[in-house]
Amino acid sequence: FRNQYDNDVTVWSPQGRLHQVEYAMEAVKQGSATVGVKSSSHAVLVALKRASSELAAHQKKIMPIDKHIAVSISGLTADARVLSRFMRTECLNEHFAHNQALSLNKLMERVGAKMQIATQRYDKRPYGVGLLLAGFDEDGPHIYQTCPSANYYDCQAMAIGARSQSARTYLERHLEEFGSSTREELIRHALRALRDTLPNDVELTNKNCSIAVVGKGEDLSIYDDDDVNPYLEGLDQEERRGGAGGSRDAQPPAAEDDATAGAAASADATAAAPPPPPAAEDQGDSMETD
Amino acid sequence: MSLEVMSSPDYMRDPRKHHFYPYADNGGTSVAIAGDDFVMIASDTRLSRGFNIFSRDQGKVFGLTPTTMMASSGCWADVLTLNKVLQARLTMYSHEHHDQMSTTAVAQLLSTMLYWRRFFPYYVSNILAGIDEEGKGVVYHYDPVGHMEKLTFSATGASVSQIQPLLDNQIGGLNMLDVQPPKMTKELARQLIHDAFVSAAERDINTGDGILIHTITKDGKTEETVKLRRD
Repeated sequence: FRNQYDNDVTVWSPQGRLHQVEYAMEAVKQGSATVGVKSSSHAVLVALKRASSELAAHQKKIMPIDKHIAVSISGLTADARVLSRFMRTECLNEHFAHNQALSLNKLMERVGAKMQIATQRYDKRPYGVGLLLAGFDEDGPHIYQTCPSANYYDCQAMAIGARSQSARTYLERHLEEFGSSTREELIRHALRALRDTLPNDVELTNKNCSIAVVGKGEDLSIYDDDDVNPYLEGLDQEERRGGAGGSRDAQPPAAEDDATAGAAASADATAAAPPPPPAAEDQGDSMETD
Repeated sequence: MSLEVMSSPDYMRDPRKHHFYPYADNGGTSVAIAGDDFVMIASDTRLSRGFNIFSRDQGKVFGLTPTTMMASSGCWADVLTLNKVLQARLTMYSHEHHDQMSTTAVAQLLSTMLYWRRFFPYYVSNILAGIDEEGKGVVYHYDPVGHMEKLTFSATGASVSQIQPLLDNQIGGLNMLDVQPPKMTKELARQLIHDAFVSAAERDINTGDGILIHTITKDGKTEETVKLRRD
């Protein structure tokens, strides 16, 4: 153990921290990267799918919730599925009882309330998954991020998961362009941000990449495999920034990193980081994180 | 009658407890006819109660999937609720299976949903029509508690007694000697549906105003409206 206050989620540390919650947030950083970005008319999610071995299929990252909402996951897939099922039933109930689509802000309140319970009971553990939600409701397009801490954030753009700092840097740099982007430009921005999280020798392919789009006058579409091809065209010709990311917040993203994932985990830790996790390519842990 | 009886109020002369009856009959008739690669399902557009008309423009056919539709009549409150619950179940299925429900799956689901309410039934007469996994048209007929029959043609609702014998005779070749029924085509189905509803509207007060005819093929759905007498 790091200290005597990190065994139970119901124990505060003298500094006023809940270490178990912070450790849960580390699980999110183990998952593969996913990026969300919105314009004035559309919201887009792109996700990097990971395969546990060459023999296995790539794990699904983006789950449809309703005709106007999709969620991308990073962390414990099993926990993500529980939350997805919850969100789906909330949306179904809204259609059944109120004949309308559930607005994103209401959904986030309910998800936040549900996740908070697990941070205040001795017989539960926090949900080990971070979610990026893309949705379109009567207030327009939205991107929301959730954390195991049960906090949720309304975002213009966001990236979570392994080496996501490079993606966030790209997003910060291009923030002013998103609002007026067309649907295709917006997807392209998201894909470029996602590509920045990859090591130099790896490219986005139709096998490891998923795209979700929802917007004004457009129900949710999720693209996998061959449907992704039109959006990836020409992307590998474009120049990259940042290479294998994971650099610390203060450093410029162009710093070349060696391929160890130790940097990825420690870069964004808001708490004191636990011992460096095994390299990101190693799926040998018992917890299925994707 | 004695003077005492004449001067007493109604409720004293006939002292029965007023009982709440949970069902209402809102009328409505539906027909479905299946062919080799299509199915046609139609309903009248009158919503009524007793001698009163609630609407002349209420269709009773609901789309479920791209290849399946259902027509429901009887107690309109139960029709609407059954449809809402079914739509929710269809969405849940497609989330879990990453695919639309097949016609045969929907048919079975409807049957179990109806039987689940065996002891306080949905007062609804259902017909399900769709394209099955082999591309053939198929019709399912239900009773209010989920008894289900796969057929090639069926009628249900207020005018079932007038229309079903007509279809038995014209499509099934029943009750005639030495007559082979013709092969079913869209034109023949449409004509039969039209004539059946016109005849039913003549004799049944609960049927009339209009018909909505839906045709389903593997390529999509089309819709047609026909006027009926409004008396």
